[in-house]
Amino acid sequence: MIKKFINLYIEGFRNIGNTGKQLVGILFFKILIFFVIMKLLFFPNVLNKNYKTDEERADHVIEQLTTKIK
Amino acid sequence: MDELVSLVNWSRGQFALTAMYHWIFVPITLGLTIMIAIMLTRYYKTGNEEWKTMTKFWMKLFIINFVVGVATGIILEFEFGTNWSNYSWFVGDIFGAPLAIEGILAFFMEATFLAVMIFGWDRVSKKFHLVSTWLVAIGSNLSALWILIANAWMQYPAGTVFNPATARNEMINFWDVALSPVAVNKFLHATTSSYIVAALFVISVSSWYLLKKRNLFMAKKSMLIAAIFGLISSIMVIFTGDGSAYQVAQKQPMKLAAMEGLYQGKSQAGLVAIGILNPKKDITNDEKPYYFKIEIPYLLSFLSNRDINSFVPGIEDLIYGNEEHNILSAEEKMARGHIAIQTLQEYQKAKKANDTATLAEISKKFDPNTKEGEQFVNNYFKYFGYGYLNDPIELVPNVALTFYSFHIMVSLGFLFILLFIIILIYVWRDTIEKKKFLLYLGLWSILFGFIASQMGWIVAEVGRQPWIIQDLMPTVAAVTHLSVSTVQTTFVLFAIIFTTLLIAELRIMFNQIRKGPDNFKK
Repeated sequence: MIKKFINLYIEGFRNIGNTGKQLVGILFFKILIFFVIMKLLFFPNVLNKNYKTDEERADHVIEQLTTKIK
Repeated sequence: MDELVSLVNWSRGQFALTAMYHWIFVPITLGLTIMIAIMLTRYYKTGNEEWKTMTKFWMKLFIINFVVGVATGIILEFEFGTNWSNYSWFVGDIFGAPLAIEGILAFFMEATFLAVMIFGWDRVSKKFHLVSTWLVAIGSNLSALWILIANAWMQYPAGTVFNPATARNEMINFWDVALSPVAVNKFLHATTSSYIVAALFVISVSSWYLLKKRNLFMAKKSMLIAAIFGLISSIMVIFTGDGSAYQVAQKQPMKLAAMEGLYQGKSQAGLVAIGILNPKKDITNDEKPYYFKIEIPYLLSFLSNRDINSFVPGIEDLIYGNEEHNILSAEEKMARGHIAIQTLQEYQKAKKANDTATLAEISKKFDPNTKEGEQFVNNYFKYFGYGYLNDPIELVPNVALTFYSFHIMVSLGFLFILLFIIILIYVWRDTIEKKKFLLYLGLWSILFGFIASQMGWIVAEVGRQPWIIQDLMPTVAAVTHLSVSTVQTTFVLFAIIFTTLLIAELRIMFNQIRKGPDNFKK
């Protein structure tokens, strides 16, 4: 069953034609841009990056939330 | 403060840009899968090769849209972690659970059966292929369900309690979150209105073929399916739109007042059918709100409260309060919000001082299961977000943008119904290819479909400003304190990437439409 399913993918990708190849190219380009360049360089998870534990993260957010914004 | 306002505006702009681009691809995916499944069902039942060719053609356009659009939504999740980290933490579990379910259940269901749908022709049994295609349609709609539940919670935070120790809202009842009336209406309204966009897409492409006198069987049959599907969806949209508006009236009255440009509340309120706002009007002056308007008597009261005599609060009632109708003033809510924030501050101080007695005492206030907690939550914590505001006027969203977006969306919705009915009549009489004007209208209708769809989100999101979570957290408290230039850079980067993707989609799509379904006949 699993082998059949894998074969379906392999056969399918073998016969996708020019438009299909273009689309696969777009997909890989997009994944590269989104997950490698954007995520790593521009979109770190600020709290995960700057604080080690959940307690530190909670303290930071409470600090932010209880310091009145003027 | 100016720097902060600029940061909030750029961060909001970036999120809006990403969401609006993402929403170009989503409606077509949601609706087209269902129409493809209907076409494939026709092929399965009749064995007519024309239906097979037709299904393959629309499937190809679906795949182009799917591949270009897939993962554009993931950027929104990146933005939560980077640009809205306070919000991201504060909301934690509520967003995490639905999104995890989306990722595990719906996405994998969609992805697994998508392969069978695309590659399964003549490789798996016809029945399994058909079932897989329907499962792709159901899976993609289920994907939308979870993210819309998360969005609905931001509009109406139900089924959760706030934990002062972690500064997070914790889910106490999954079903209260998933089946809140706002979530149910939001899902139904967003999906059914997406079906209309997808129906217009099929009508638009089919109209082009009829104008070119090509692929007449496919174009007419596709138009028939799209017009019926679009009409049924439109009828559903009327009901789900009514349900959504009722929920807005109950849970977000300021948004409703902005949607209607209603400054002074009234009983037996009429619904503005057509109107032009006076741009000079705001809450601080006595200018007339409209240059001109045509109202449907009593309808706003009826839609808001199911009672034609009921009172509908206006912007001024919500800002200055209205004792007669038990509406607290914004000043009062801000004062209560301050107390809630101060209580959290005291909790934090006690935690640092290891003062267990004070901690236990304050913890009770945040526990709605105790009498004291129920009182504090309902009288103070409920207004937590108001404590961050400096001026009641900050509570008024952009009235003109909300008002016009709402009225354009509704007007277009009714025009689409008319279009679907007229198309159905002429397809039925088999004279559609002679109606050039109607075909040109059909050709361009997809643009208006996208406009209506985007307007719907503008009403939902701009209309609820300044809130990121209704009454609990304004955008100003949710934003991460990054430099404005960083956000500007990513904004431009996104604009370039998404525009490139859109151009790529359009080029491949137009190319495929020009080729037509003939190459699938082999």
